[in-house]
Amino acid sequence: MPRTDSVVRIEVNGADHEVTVDNRTTVLDLLREHLGLTGTKKGCDHGQCGACTVLVDGRRMNSCLLLAVSAGGAAIRTVEGLATGEELHPVQQAFVDCDALQCGYCTPGQICSAIAMLDEVSHAWPSAVTGAAPFTGPGDLDADEVRERMNGNLCRCGAYVNIVDALLGIGLSMRGEP
Amino acid sequence: MRPFRYERATDAASAVALVTADPDARFLGGGTNLVDLMKLDVERPGLLVDVSGLEPAGIEFTADSGLRIGAQVRNSDLAADPLVRERFPVLSQALLSGASGQLRNAATVGGNLLQRTRCLYFQDVTKPCNKRAPGTGCPARAGEHRDLAILGTSDACIATHPSDLAVALTALDARVSVVGVDGVRTVRLAELYRLPGAEPERDTVLQHGELIERIDVPPSSFATRSAYRKVRDRASFAFALVSVAAALDVADGAVQDVRLALGGVAPRPWRAGSAEAALRGRPATAANFVDAISAELEAAAPLPGNAFKVPLARNVVARVLEDLAEATR
Repeated sequence: MPRTDSVVRIEVNGADHEVTVDNRTTVLDLLREHLGLTGTKKGCDHGQCGACTVLVDGRRMNSCLLLAVSAGGAAIRTVEGLATGEELHPVQQAFVDCDALQCGYCTPGQICSAIAMLDEVSHAWPSAVTGAAPFTGPGDLDADEVRERMNGNLCRCGAYVNIVDALLGIGLSMRGEP
Repeated sequence: MRPFRYERATDAASAVALVTADPDARFLGGGTNLVDLMKLDVERPGLLVDVSGLEPAGIEFTADSGLRIGAQVRNSDLAADPLVRERFPVLSQALLSGASGQLRNAATVGGNLLQRTRCLYFQDVTKPCNKRAPGTGCPARAGEHRDLAILGTSDACIATHPSDLAVALTALDARVSVVGVDGVRTVRLAELYRLPGAEPERDTVLQHGELIERIDVPPSSFATRSAYRKVRDRASFAFALVSVAAALDVADGAVQDVRLALGGVAPRPWRAGSAEAALRGRPATAANFVDAISAELEAAAPLPGNAFKVPLARNVVARVLEDLAEATR
């Protein structure tokens, strides 16, 4: 009988893990069901809602579409790995300060997505709403850019207005403004 | 989901050999479409051969300013590349108009080209679908077909190809290098995708086990003046109702050369060759743009629910060409 499971070595929030998983296991299910890290949420399970967003080697991805066996060797960061002790990550703090959530189910995905989004911004990645002038970095981040760049994270409560405010505030601080 | 074996490929030749030898095997790239289709039971592979780590995974420009893209390059890296944005803006714009930041980070360029249709019937295993289950019929003609094709359809299938990147690459005369058990062959993108005819289950001319290794975009003197425009039911993160990839070379008010391809309207990226031919040498005016694309769209065979795509495609093409002509004045 050919094997349909695999040994996966993976780093999660700085800790190394070696787990035997059925090849069908996604990173999302590995985190939640094998490692007990339930901060990452399962929404649609089809890559459409973004609730499962985690950072894979620093990049945001839908963990529901990423097979754990395919992510072997990667370093994953989840919402549990963002704070330093009692000190929240600046994006977490901005969500608290701006009341950028209601029920909170989409929030871990929103925050992980936003952290990587801001990193993409700092690397001057353009978006679909970037006009003819090149996108140069945090100084060009406006509400339209935030909404487009966060298009992969849905919020059924509709907390978008405050999420955009929270991320624009972070964008301002990235360019050295109060 | 059916249990499956998994192999991480170390080189293209062994990956091709593994998949060729097993009709139940599939290549795995970023997995953003394949894993989803496996969850839906549309795809039921017994073996996944992971090619996402294979070389070449880079973006480079050849000595003659052609663009060479490794098939495992992630969509986000190609979209963000400064030289791609400068020399082939239509490519970057097409990629950025599709999916989400999370999906573009995972999806590979090769996988993007080989993604399957998002026709609702294809994705629902409780429904008949000639593409998924040959011979079972196509409920879309009499059913929900608002998103589906108006050009190149057959009685068996009216699905659209969902890739934005493929539309831009088709306009730019790109070619793919394909590795098979007998070696490497080159396929023009315009010939990679099949029209459905009586065999809608075959999206492309590739044989089982053939692997796209690289995409080559030939040098162009005017691709710097190119654009991608996508019209959809919501402002972001949706598939195209109609999309247009265009490049335009205008001198002294006349069209010297033009490249035009449409997405969201056909089972493959639709190269508007007759519209291009009609425009070469003609004054670059709005009226001529409308005439040329209207003639191309005379071949359209829309259904009641997607007849709106004919005037929509005409208007979007005319507008994109007007904007490109304006930008060169």
